Amino acid sequence: MPVQVKRLLIAFAVFIALFLVARHFLRPATFGEYGHYRGAALKENEDRPIKYVNMNETCITCHDSIAAVRDSSVHKSINCQTCHGPGYKHVDDPQKTNIVKEHAREFCGRCHSKNPARAKVIKQIDMNEHNKEDECISCHNSHNPVLW
Amino acid sequence: MEFQSLYEAMSKMDGYCYPNEIELNWSVLIVLYPYITGLVAGAFILASLNRVFNIKALKPTYELSLLTAFSFMLVATMPLIFHLGKPFRFYEIMTTPHLTSAMAIFGFVYLWYLMVVLLLEIWFDYRYDMTIWSKENPGFKSIIYKILTLGIKDVSNKSRITDNKLGYFITVVGIPSAFILHGYVGFIFGSVKANPWWSTVMMPVIFLFSAMVSGIALVMFIYMAVSIIRKQKLDMICLDAIGKYLFYILLIDFVLEGLDQIHRIYVAEESFDILNLLVHGKLFFTFFIMQGLIGTLIPLLTLGTFQFLKPKENIRKFVYFILSLCVLVGIFFMRWNVVIGGQLFSKSFYGFTDFKLDMIGKEGFLGGMIWLVVPLIILTILLWLLPPWKKAPHIEHE
Amino acid sequence: MVKENKDFSRREFFKKTGVIAGGVLFASLLSPLKAAQSTEKSKSDDTWYGIGLDIEKCIGCASCARACKAENDVPKEPFFFRSWVEQYTITNSGEVKVQSPNGGIDGYKQPVPESEIFKTFFVPKMCNHCSKSPCTQVCPVGATFVSPDGVVLVDPNYCVGCRYCVQACPYGCRYIKPDLGTVDKCTLCYHRLKKGMDPACMMVCPTGARLYGNLRDPKSEMVKFIKNHTVGALKPNLNTGSKLYYNALSQEVH
Ligand code: HEC
Ligand code: HEC
Ligand code: HEC
Ligand code: HEC
Repeated sequence: MPVQVKRLLIAFAVFIALFLVARHFLRPATFGEYGHYRGAALKENEDRPIKYVNMNETCITCHDSIAAVRDSSVHKSINCQTCHGPGYKHVDDPQKTNIVKEHAREFCGRCHSKNPARAKVIKQIDMNEHNKEDECISCHNSHNPVLW
Repeated sequence: MEFQSLYEAMSKMDGYCYPNEIELNWSVLIVLYPYITGLVAGAFILASLNRVFNIKALKPTYELSLLTAFSFMLVATMPLIFHLGKPFRFYEIMTTPHLTSAMAIFGFVYLWYLMVVLLLEIWFDYRYDMTIWSKENPGFKSIIYKILTLGIKDVSNKSRITDNKLGYFITVVGIPSAFILHGYVGFIFGSVKANPWWSTVMMPVIFLFSAMVSGIALVMFIYMAVSIIRKQKLDMICLDAIGKYLFYILLIDFVLEGLDQIHRIYVAEESFDILNLLVHGKLFFTFFIMQGLIGTLIPLLTLGTFQFLKPKENIRKFVYFILSLCVLVGIFFMRWNVVIGGQLFSKSFYGFTDFKLDMIGKEGFLGGMIWLVVPLIILTILLWLLPPWKKAPHIEHE
Repeated sequence: MVKENKDFSRREFFKKTGVIAGGVLFASLLSPLKAAQSTEKSKSDDTWYGIGLDIEKCIGCASCARACKAENDVPKEPFFFRSWVEQYTITNSGEVKVQSPNGGIDGYKQPVPESEIFKTFFVPKMCNHCSKSPCTQVCPVGATFVSPDGVVLVDPNYCVGCRYCVQACPYGCRYIKPDLGTVDKCTLCYHRLKKGMDPACMMVCPTGARLYGNLRDPKSEMVKFIKNHTVGALKPNLNTGSKLYYNALSQEVH
């Protein structure tokens, strides 16, 4: 074998060996457990904190009267946290400040303002006409909004 | 890109874009990446033309094009790495390459091409001279040469013949490698089926030929620049030969791209309307003026004319100089039109975003320019270390 | 004798490394061809999640978009979304107008007077959790993947931030988290699923327009939804194997 080839082969062998060693140490432990990814990533994804808590186990046990009202109303399909925002802080430490309580007309308008695109499943009102002076909650009870 | 408010960001949009498309994901650095790899592949192919097909006229540019290819290859990955959100994790692409990804293999293709093809070809070509130079030069330079020769001291004719044969072999391996390298870069874009502007089987081929065009133009430019700086007379036969190859390959490139566009227009798939608006709107300047007129038509017509009537040497020199720049700029904008153009329209096909190149920042104009200047600096160093003009004359054998 | 031995082992070593290196290279040359098949579902009868969105029930309140942002720390600004709602309006002359102001959170305006509207509806969007997902296919390092139960997830601790997956997603469901520089997307609230809770967007939907479930369980609500409605997927021509089924999907929706 010519000397050039010998030396080059050695150089390349060293290079490849270094690469293999580096690869051995840089490859994460759980890589390839389930597929071409870090198996631990599944667990990490699983372990992220929950912010929208289970309504039945929390809100309803403390606010049972409101829950009862809601349950018999047209808003019964709506989760408390749809209107009140994520409850994880409030549940640990019930305070007025760590839960959202909306008053604005726009809040009800999110779902009820008139828009031809809106599915027919919901009753809509023209925000500019339907009792435009007052907040919705001054007439409607947000937990049981039907007035008759 | 940072936005002060949603409304500022929205003002850049026409029609409807998916909300996440507010940000342009691949900016000038990713324009540079195929551009630079293209220059490498092209310069290398020019060198191989000379060696494998034994085109004597190209001889004066052989080493120069190899060194050019090598110095650009060294920085080819830098724009990629700098563009990453987590640059320090770049090694993952080598340690856990995900083989279904068109991008994953780039690490290996790159290494193959850089280490096995380019490096070896240069090494075999210079091995003898470096051994000689390590004896002639004192001190530090001598040590560098000694390291570079891997300590080989053999200067016999037999060893030179071995160098020659092996170098030839590497060149033969190198040609398909260069094709793979750049065809593969085209594939990175061409395989993105979500993007109708990229997703075409022609993409690797178009990338390949435009790469050759740009590489040849680059060598032409560098050959002229180096000769002027060294106050050497330009070899007109060589320049004319480069011009001829530039002409033919540019012609093929033009035809291929033309075919691709004609196909798009004729087939007029779902995405056609938005692409049509794109090309005539946001891309008009870069596509028709920069890429089409300056980068393709003018060089094509001029070089074509030169094949029939040759004006005086001085005029030709001047024209070649200008044309090589035109082609380099034109191919840059070809990459631009692919990379940036492919992101200017929404994948909803209902709207456009806009792109403004910042001046500073790593994704800015200056940040990008760095990666075009650094290779030239490397080339200067290489030319100082391995001057082609000081090489011992080739030996003939067989 | 000794010397020979050494030579032999060295040659052996070269041979082996050569074979390995060659093998890797060869495999890498072929691997793009095996492409989408790689994430095909396994034969087991485990869970394989699918999603159903009912356009006829969507009232465009964007509660889902809000809840998703809050649950998953999606940056409020710049304006990225894992889940958003689009309003489509098709005029009598056939022109299609789409809008999604701040993902729907800012509320919608009808761009055309009612008399000129041919039809109009809301389309909630989220990750399609494709079974032949183009985004996981292109990840160069294996930082995004389809979980064993069919959810497309991201590993932010491994992502290099190359943005190739963002380009490869035909639905615009991925974005780069500005603070991390890594990619982020809908996980179908994997952290909730695994604890037996509904994804946040589904929990807060006031009209039950969203559901998910096990596609392999013939008795699941999800399978019934697909069976009882005329469902469609987005961009079926791209063969992404989308597992997001829309009821009443109009052809104008991209
Ligand atoms: C551990 C019992 C408990 C649970 C569980 C609980 N709350 Fe409360 N909540 C309270 C108490 C006590 C107050 C009154 C705090 C005060 O007056 O300072 C309150 C107040 C409120 C208020 C009124 C805030 C205001 O500004 O007036 C709202 C809205 C509310 N809760 C909603 C919820 C929702 C939604 C949930 C479920 C996610 C929930 N709560 C769960 C105990 C609870
Ligand atoms: C449709 C939206 C909606 C839903 C669903 C909803 N709330 Fe409310 N809730 C409101 C609004 C709006 C107010 C503020 C009304 C007011 O101040 O009179 C409110 C007020 C409250 C208050 C404070 C009452 C007070 O007297 O200040 C509590 C506690 C509360 N909600 C608990 C709940 C619980 C528990 C549920 C779930 C069972 C729930 N809400 C569901 C809209 C809603
Ligand atoms: C998250 C969406 C949502 C919000 C916010 C909301 N609603 Fe509703 N509302 C509904 C749904 C869903 C129904 C039941 C569908 C129906 O029958 O119209 C409903 C029903 C009603 C009805 C009964 C309509 C009828 O005659 O059947 C009234 C009144 C009403 N809501 C008032 C309000 C008021 C007032 C507010 C603001 C405090 C409000 N809603 C906020 C979703 C919402
Ligand atoms: C002045 C008191 C008052 C205020 C303020 C008010 N409403 Fe009403 N709303 C009524 C009465 C009374 C009815 C039942 C008669 C009717 O159908 O018009 C009604 C009916 C409705 C209905 C059912 C419409 C239908 O088609 O059956 C909805 C939905 C509604 N209101 C929502 C709202 C919303 C949202 C707001 C705030 C933007 C609001 N209301 C503010 C008094 C009020």
